[in-house]
Amino acid sequence: MSDHDHTGEHEHGHGGYDVDPSHHHPPQPDLEDTPFSRHQLMQMAVTGLLIEKGIFSADEIRAQIEHMDTIGPARGAELVARAWVDDGFRTRLVADSKSAAAELGMDIGPIPILVMENTPDTHNLVVCTLCSCYPRFLLGIPPDWYKSRSYRSRAVREPREVLAEFGTEIGPDVTIRVHDSTADMRYLVLPMRPAGTQGIGEEALAKLVTRDALIGVTLPRMT
Amino acid sequence: MSERRHHDMGGLDAGRVDRDGHDKAPWEKRVDALMVLLGKRKILSVDELRRGIEELGADAYDRYGYYERWMASMTNILLEKRIIEVSELGARMAELESGARTESP
Repeated sequence: MSDHDHTGEHEHGHGGYDVDPSHHHPPQPDLEDTPFSRHQLMQMAVTGLLIEKGIFSADEIRAQIEHMDTIGPARGAELVARAWVDDGFRTRLVADSKSAAAELGMDIGPIPILVMENTPDTHNLVVCTLCSCYPRFLLGIPPDWYKSRSYRSRAVREPREVLAEFGTEIGPDVTIRVHDSTADMRYLVLPMRPAGTQGIGEEALAKLVTRDALIGVTLPRMT
Repeated sequence: MSERRHHDMGGLDAGRVDRDGHDKAPWEKRVDALMVLLGKRKILSVDELRRGIEELGADAYDRYGYYERWMASMTNILLEKRIIEVSELGARMAELESGARTESP
């Protein structure tokens, strides 16, 4: 596949296709007369050809998009809230997240997810340095920053500095363990239950658990 | 010791983490769905997707957006496996680009 030439142009960020017309683009003569980028055309063409070949139907594509839209961090938060109110569940979740999630009628998908429990001595942080592996079945599609060069490069070397950029201060006496995800092994952080949440119900607790807390870049707080 | 490849960036220097995200564009969601369905059909595995992304080369890797890398990798592997042919892909892209054909789903 041929590519437009613009060596030396490295202004591009990482978060996906840029739709802002004011953003400077290198000249792409083959794209000037079409509203679609080369990769969008590729997506349309490949999808159409695969439908014609009977590999899947247009309805299956639509259904999959709708399904993915329903999966978000609320699933991970539900597991954490249950673990906070039920010690037995917490133990089972850490030991085997697949069967623990199944107790709540949740499918964590085909790839094992290890639940890493924060303690007063240890804070856990999740990254995928090589690509963007992420517990999608519990958190949905990863945020742009998780896939960025800066997070992937720095999380393993200077996690405290990275956490500070998220407004998270971890005391110097607390060990930070960084978990590098792979295609075959994903991680979810089980944060500590925040102080001052005694007597709060499971559903309300789940609302305190954000996506970022489940990745380990922030801590749940009483709001 | 082998040389570090361009996607292997753990521990390197880099700038601040930009926490701003963007909502996924419809075409990006389609790329995502395409990958999931191809995975379910055992036509393309996550490892193959990643191998394809790593083979795009350092320049394309940095220049392409996230789902652009996915799309380029998936297309290359589908061509490699002869599930689609270069000629039909080229013809279809040209039709879509000229407006002679509109998108199916």
